[in-house]
Amino acid sequence: MDNLNLFIRSIFVDNMIFAYFLGMCSFIAVSKNVKTAFGLGIAVTFMLTITLPINYLLNTYVLSPGALTWLGPEYADVDLSFLSLIVFIAVIASMTQLVEMVVEKYAPALYSQLGIFLPLIAVNCAILGGSLFMQQRDFTSVGTALCAGAGWGIGWLLAITAVAAIRERVAQYSNVPAPLRGVGITFIITALMGIAFMSFLGIKL
Amino acid sequence: MANKSVFFNPLSKDNPVLVQILGICSVLAVTAKLEPALVMGLSVIAVLAFSNVIISLIRNTIPTNIRIIVQLVVVAGLVVTVSQLLEAYAYDVSKQLSVFIGLIITNCILMGRLEAFAMANRPWPSFLDGVGNGLGYTIILVIVAFFRELLGSGTLFGYQVVPQCFYEAGYVNNGLMILPPMALITVACIIWVHRSLNKDLQDK
Repeated sequence: MDNLNLFIRSIFVDNMIFAYFLGMCSFIAVSKNVKTAFGLGIAVTFMLTITLPINYLLNTYVLSPGALTWLGPEYADVDLSFLSLIVFIAVIASMTQLVEMVVEKYAPALYSQLGIFLPLIAVNCAILGGSLFMQQRDFTSVGTALCAGAGWGIGWLLAITAVAAIRERVAQYSNVPAPLRGVGITFIITALMGIAFMSFLGIKL
Repeated sequence: MANKSVFFNPLSKDNPVLVQILGICSVLAVTAKLEPALVMGLSVIAVLAFSNVIISLIRNTIPTNIRIIVQLVVVAGLVVTVSQLLEAYAYDVSKQLSVFIGLIITNCILMGRLEAFAMANRPWPSFLDGVGNGLGYTIILVIVAFFRELLGSGTLFGYQVVPQCFYEAGYVNNGLMILPPMALITVACIIWVHRSLNKDLQDK
């Protein structure tokens, strides 16, 4: 029940884009049309869902203070938390490389569309941010980490798809001032949706 | 000639934030006040210039399949160095910035420049490219922070700029400017001005 609650909250209340503004670079660049946006959203969701549990396990059994006690009582004082940033990013980067190879082999069309942004998933702040939030909030089980990761990923997917849909309509039907076309209006759309999503802040399930 | 354009293009015509749209997250996060924005900009310049040089030096020995991991390790090492230096010599600011210095690792400008420039160019142009892009990023950071701090808190670098008599006459700080969405709108306004001046950058 708690996990379900967390899952829903991660999608709407703690939305990665509209509440924390993480992962903006690829978000702005790839939200031109719904199809590509959806593809990247799936990739990010997938990455968050697998890296969060892995990083949770590493954090609990290797990195946090006293985590190495299972090796023997003399390790109880070891605190490796200063290494967490590097360990997290290494896990994320290797997972990204794996996903890149798989996508290149089995979905070349998607690969050429995503272009430089596939390697950039590794530095998508949403994914490292997810792991850092996990560490900060002291999640209690792998299931919790999994639910939060999936929730944040789906929230990101939802946000990028919604904004991509709005951008498609704006490009077709509205007369945006020439200098604001493309990127400029996307910033404003995102900002307005961010303000709208603030209304979810007080919600408790 | 080429070196000169490598250095000057990122300042305006090929600005990393306005044109390449990289590194937006930190623009939103650290620009509520001027001082952290400036320190953040300087840190990014340092990390970007040196990681560009290092990657450019070893670019021919990196296997393509694991290049991202190699790049991230180089960047992470430099970021840890910068954060240690800041803690030693500018403790107050480093405390304000703590999380965001760590998040330089995931600043897309770094990966973007490493992938697009340092992997294909010699060390000296790569160094210039790093400094140029870092400066372009810092300029935007400072402009956004200037407006947000002035309108949001009525201060610059922590000193009060809006005279007290304004407040007595009923002037109120715009609290909305402190929130992240307004940073997006500020950047959008800068893009608006920038693209009206550079017509060739406008989307059709």
